[in-house]
Amino acid sequence: MHVPDGFIDLPVSAAAGVAAAAAVAVSLRGARRELGGTTHAGSSGSNGNYGGYGGEQTAPLAGLVAAFIFAVQMLNFPVAAGTSGHLLGGALAAILVGPYTGVLCISVVLLLQGVLFADGGLTALGVNILVMGVVTTVVAYTLFRVLVRVLPRKRRSVTVATFLAALVSVPASAIAFTLLYAIGGTTDVPVGTVLGAMTGVHVLIGVGEAVITALTVGTVLAVRPDLVHGARGLSAPLKLKVDGELVDASPDAVPASAASPRPVLLAGLVISLVLAGFVSSYASADPDGLERVAADKGIDTAVADHASADSPLADYGISGLDDARVSGGLAGVIGVGATLAAGTGVFLVVRRRRLDTDKAGEAGEESVRA
Amino acid sequence: MSTGHAHKLYRHGRSPVHLLPPHCKIAAALCFVLVVVSTPREAVWAFGLYALLLAAVAAAARVPAGFVLRRMVIEVPFVAFALLMPFLVPGERTEWLGISLSVPGLWGAWNILAKGTLGVATSVLLASTTELRSLLLGLQRLRLPPLMVQIASFMVRYGDVIADEMRRMSIARRSRGFEARSVRHWGVLAKSAGALFIRSYERGERVHLAMVSRGYTGTMPVIDEVAASRRQWAYAAVLPFSALAVRLLGWSP
Amino acid sequence: MTSHPPAAAVPPSLDVRGLAYAYPDGHQALFGVDLTVGRGERVALLGPNGAGKTTLVLHLNGILGGGAGSVAVAGLPVGRQHMAEVRRRVGIVFQDPDDQLFMPTVREDVAFGPAAAGLRGEDLERRVRTALDRVGMTEYRDRPPHHLSFGQRRRVAVATVLAMEPEILVLDEPSSNLDPASRRELAGILRSLDVTVLMVTHDLPYALELCPRSVILSEGVIAADGRTQDLLADPELMRAHRLELPFGFDPRAVTTGA
Repeated sequence: MHVPDGFIDLPVSAAAGVAAAAAVAVSLRGARRELGGTTHAGSSGSNGNYGGYGGEQTAPLAGLVAAFIFAVQMLNFPVAAGTSGHLLGGALAAILVGPYTGVLCISVVLLLQGVLFADGGLTALGVNILVMGVVTTVVAYTLFRVLVRVLPRKRRSVTVATFLAALVSVPASAIAFTLLYAIGGTTDVPVGTVLGAMTGVHVLIGVGEAVITALTVGTVLAVRPDLVHGARGLSAPLKLKVDGELVDASPDAVPASAASPRPVLLAGLVISLVLAGFVSSYASADPDGLERVAADKGIDTAVADHASADSPLADYGISGLDDARVSGGLAGVIGVGATLAAGTGVFLVVRRRRLDTDKAGEAGEESVRA
Repeated sequence: MSTGHAHKLYRHGRSPVHLLPPHCKIAAALCFVLVVVSTPREAVWAFGLYALLLAAVAAAARVPAGFVLRRMVIEVPFVAFALLMPFLVPGERTEWLGISLSVPGLWGAWNILAKGTLGVATSVLLASTTELRSLLLGLQRLRLPPLMVQIASFMVRYGDVIADEMRRMSIARRSRGFEARSVRHWGVLAKSAGALFIRSYERGERVHLAMVSRGYTGTMPVIDEVAASRRQWAYAAVLPFSALAVRLLGWSP
Repeated sequence: MTSHPPAAAVPPSLDVRGLAYAYPDGHQALFGVDLTVGRGERVALLGPNGAGKTTLVLHLNGILGGGAGSVAVAGLPVGRQHMAEVRRRVGIVFQDPDDQLFMPTVREDVAFGPAAAGLRGEDLERRVRTALDRVGMTEYRDRPPHHLSFGQRRRVAVATVLAMEPEILVLDEPSSNLDPASRRELAGILRSLDVTVLMVTHDLPYALELCPRSVILSEGVIAADGRTQDLLADPELMRAHRLELPFGFDPRAVTTGA
């Protein structure tokens, strides 16, 4: 799914780059809160060179998760009829380390994949970060938080929420890609065809992603619940025994609860709705005419005003929001609901299976034996 | 990186390209790809010239063609997509060897292949002439936020750790006769992933403790400075500027 | 608490009082530890697996904290205000040198600590040279650490800590995985150093060879504190804390030079 150079035209790539940079900037601020949660307010050491200690934890943990996502992306899993998909990892990262750090992790993975392995074009980096990092993370985390809040406060609920969040995040990413393609694709394949193919394949991949993500989070949850960001607040406060007496641990030893998720929730909601509405309007439209125009214009702008990235974008925004397609948008929203329902069904089946086989702790032993 | 994947991409050498400061190279590569992507697809000959420019860089870096080509297989999925386009895209059709192909589809396929391939080749050249660590230093010099640079360097450091753990676990799995073949094996893979996370996390924690114990407070200390002279910048700029010249020529006709 | 009178003038290198700690998962590792190590002493910290040795070590430079009790290094309390100075004064050599060595060359690894403390240029180079000299690894300065033998890596790990000129050197299992020759070489290096040493180990002969004094940490408290030779020669005490001497080893027959 890594988009190469030249697949999306330059203005849209540039706009995606700006959007990705903004998302990363927001995440940089948020990540310090997420990962520095257990450490302390800034204090300067005796030597003037030292800043606060709040950030000392951020980079190593995020780097570790990035490396992990990178490794897991190489873990191909068979999907159907000889094809295989790999994890996108957005949901996994968001739930394990929090959404902001998750965005940073995936961005770094994509950056290094682009620069080192030529996997994903340099000019398409913004597109890739937006589609595979921001959209998956935000959609997954939003859904996850909502579900965790709705479901009973139990460990199993976290696994359930993880499953559904991962399941939805992959097609969401495919839809986001199609959206960018519709605005700035340089090829003439009809948007409807792309959307069909992308979502079709990615719903399948999404099921794989969901199973793997949920089991991964479940395993970690069973062995080291303190490592799962999304499960914070489910554990009891610490007690210490000193000379036979119970003493409260000082407050900063207890992990601080996650930063307020409201901005992420809002962003996720907006992205989901925009995706559902906007893309569906394309899907339901007659693909030929509209798409031809978009494609031709794409070439024009790439040639003529690649310096002014904004104006062509504005054009497309308007042409995309054709009145006749409001109904299509509604259909999209309904579609998301249907996906959720299907996901729930799949989950129920999976859960019945796992009830007999997957006892907590077994996974932990596995990790020791393996 | 001791055992990591990045080692395979870097090709040791002391050519003028290897010796350029990393941030010059990254900037040059990025500008070059930008020029390539902005070139209209009808300017077929311009892409040929770009390819020649890259070949010249490869020659200056003494990177053999086979080395570059072998590392370009990463592009294959999108080549497959490009090859489908002449059949899928609606519009004016043409006959070739008795097969009906779409003209816009052919153009689209050409566009993806040409630009994608040049982009991949550029990245491969960059990676094969720049050590991983200097790439990170270069990104830092180019004002990538320090936190991102650190995440990246830790990713590289832990990449080794995780790759090692993964190999050990895979050996353990296979020595018990396991091979991931179908959907039924997702569970095993996922549990491996979970165990992998915990193992590498705990390993990572220990590395982190060792760093913190030696005074790490969230920023890497500067041990060696990297600076680029004006001449080195000029040297690096040759590639994007030649490409720009080609691009401007290609615009008018 | 056993009495070991700290020197009157200089504050002890290490002063631990009533230290208790539980991990976030609820597992409590320390139940009130008291330990004083005077300047220039070499002390072995003995104890069975899971006794809380590593947890105690991680408190010495403030990596763990937030439980009850206090730790002071050369009179400086371990806490937020003095974290940088405390971490410079307490040099921890971890058990696995692969955890400790994370830079691409030996030189950069040894330079990491002092550079983080703000040293630059010629001062930094001098620090690196001295540290590598003291462990006899000068000729390997430009080699990547992971290409060295295990014993060499452990010596480089010691150098990375010595480069910070610590007040107290804390070694976690320094002799583990070493062949006999490397083990002996490391002992020579450690004896030649003029710093306070706290050595966590299961290698009782090594403790006897290097450390005149030993403390036994068991079930999260200090269970015994005294002359190494006396502790090792007390079979009751040894059995009670799951400590075993190697077959045929008689601590009373050994004359220590320390």
